[in-house]
Amino acid sequence: MALTANSQGSSDNNKVYMLLKPFSLIGRTVIDWVNNLGAAVIFLSLALGQSFRRKQFVKTVRQIYYIGARSITIIMLVSLFTGMVLGLQSHHALVQFGAEGAVGSLVALSLIMELGPVLTAIMITARAGSAIAAELGIQRISEQIDALHTMQINPIRYLISPKVIAAIISFPLLTAVFDLIGILGGYISGVLLLGLNAGVYWHSTEVYVVMSDITNGFIKAVVFAIIVATVCCYQGYFAHMRKDSHGAQAVGLATTSAVVISCVLILISDYVVTSLLI
Amino acid sequence: MDTPLIEFKDVTKRFGSRTILDHVNLQIYEGEVTTIIGLSGSGKSVLLKHIIGLLQPDEGTILFRGRPIAGIKKSAMAALFSQISYMFQGNALFDSMNVYDNVALPLRETTTLAKEEISRRVMARIEQTELSEAIFKYPSELSGGMQKRVALARALITDPRIVLFDEPTTGQDPVRKNAILSMIAQYQRKLNFTAILVSHEIPDVYFISNRILALYDSRIVFQGTPEELENFDHPFMNEVISSLEALQKELSGLYSQRQFQMLNHVQLKRRDTAENYCVVVFNLENLDDIVNKMGHDAAQAAIRSMGLYVDKHFGSIGGFSTRLRTNEIVTVLPYSNIADAEVILQRFIGDFQKQGIRDIWAATHKEIIPGDCVEFAVRAGIAQGQPIAEIEPVVESAKLQQKEIGRLRCEERRLAPSGIMIEGDRRGVKK
Repeated sequence: MALTANSQGSSDNNKVYMLLKPFSLIGRTVIDWVNNLGAAVIFLSLALGQSFRRKQFVKTVRQIYYIGARSITIIMLVSLFTGMVLGLQSHHALVQFGAEGAVGSLVALSLIMELGPVLTAIMITARAGSAIAAELGIQRISEQIDALHTMQINPIRYLISPKVIAAIISFPLLTAVFDLIGILGGYISGVLLLGLNAGVYWHSTEVYVVMSDITNGFIKAVVFAIIVATVCCYQGYFAHMRKDSHGAQAVGLATTSAVVISCVLILISDYVVTSLLI
Repeated sequence: MDTPLIEFKDVTKRFGSRTILDHVNLQIYEGEVTTIIGLSGSGKSVLLKHIIGLLQPDEGTILFRGRPIAGIKKSAMAALFSQISYMFQGNALFDSMNVYDNVALPLRETTTLAKEEISRRVMARIEQTELSEAIFKYPSELSGGMQKRVALARALITDPRIVLFDEPTTGQDPVRKNAILSMIAQYQRKLNFTAILVSHEIPDVYFISNRILALYDSRIVFQGTPEELENFDHPFMNEVISSLEALQKELSGLYSQRQFQMLNHVQLKRRDTAENYCVVVFNLENLDDIVNKMGHDAAQAAIRSMGLYVDKHFGSIGGFSTRLRTNEIVTVLPYSNIADAEVILQRFIGDFQKQGIRDIWAATHKEIIPGDCVEFAVRAGIAQGQPIAEIEPVVESAKLQQKEIGRLRCEERRLAPSGIMIEGDRRGVKK
């Protein structure tokens, strides 16, 4: 009789556990996210706080070279074809309404307000963000970061701060490059390939693009820079604390997480920033 | 006794459910070489990381000169840790920097020294650690031994007062292991820092250590001198000593000190009142000159070669030998009186002058540029032990009787291509 009662109690407990399991899973995930978010904000604050310390200039310039200068080629290539596709598509759509004269403004505004900052951020995430996460992850698992601690060198100052500042400087500059080359790409497809009048193209661009559009685009670029630099540095720096893996595998997963989280946050923050700026 | 430089009081550290350090109590004294030995995975590195502040204890207190570290102000803590250097087990070299930049990094980032002064100091350390040829190479282009030396150079560049060495000889061949330990001992004497080593591999830590701490089953089970450790009766010793002895045999071809003492005790028990024994103590002189001119590897190769030659000669007639100090080998000739032993030694000297010293030279010669030469000599002394007597006084007596049995001279006029002249007691043997 007692055995039956115990079995009944145990079965009830299992049912309750199964019912609550999804909630506990969601709870744990949310707590993890909030914890990581808080840690990442502190991480960013520490990095920014160390930015203007002695001997940071050369390290920051070097990072601008790695993150910014070495990304120019890929940014130019992507922006050229993005602009060309935009020119092609917008011409194809607008010609049906006899409004092909607006191709220039459509291409320019799309690039300056949205595609320029977003695609630049995504391209830099893929090229430099992944490299940052992998580099820091390897430095962590090979105890190079611990070695900095033992040498009384602040790893956040030495490794993270220059990368964050370099990203904040590089992203708007690369976005500007992206916008310019993209507009040229629109010119190539719209004017040179599809026969649109060149004067109309440049005129509509000049008339419809105002300074606030460009400023908003740069504000987005800075926001994306902070997100990408923080996420990629954070993932690499704490690769050793991952619960799902260790060693080289942790570095690999940290790199993947850095790219995926950065891209998702770029798109989410794009919506948030746009809704605030409009 | 003085206040310890570093003291652990009931320090406990857990990782999840695993207890790595369990109420660890230990003392480390200033100016000494302290070695923490223990089996692989016993928490030695964890213990070391507590000293440098990379890990914090879950329970217990760490004291620095009698003051709890936890109570020290942040600025004072930074000053304290700036006196400590750490040489990582895996070296932790920056693989995107060359040797020069790796060694210069602590000075560039933590001091306001001028570029020229940094360069002067770095070059001095690089030369001391025999890395001049590798100055612009990257860590991936270096051998394991050279990487260790870069890590050592970097650890010493700031002239620290305390240096922590985490398994400094891991992954090295036996000769190079001894070369690294010998280098650590040399710098410790020269710079007078407090050295704390973690090691589990080689008996040579006994030669360079003032104190040994044994970590076993998450606790410190032994603290004392290397001599006291030899008599320490604990299950841990069986596991460690057996591996050490295998390495010692591999390294020098000689018995470990413990095996040597066991053999001697067996001989003592067998002896009756009519039987004597003799002890010969060999000494390789000018070892520091070999180290300075040819490097640590060459010096270790020379000692190894001498050990092999002595063991080959005396082992075949029932003698047994051990390495007493870095450059000293002691051989016991059981059942021999002084007259017999003198005859045996004279025969050995004859052979040694013909071949033995050449072997030593050949062993060192591999490591240097042809044409270079360092003069060195081997001395030997003999003494007879009284029946049922302990060996230590006999060894001391043999040391007092030492005289030169062979010398390798660098001929000034360099008549021979190698410029080497081998000399014995009275005659010179031209190579």
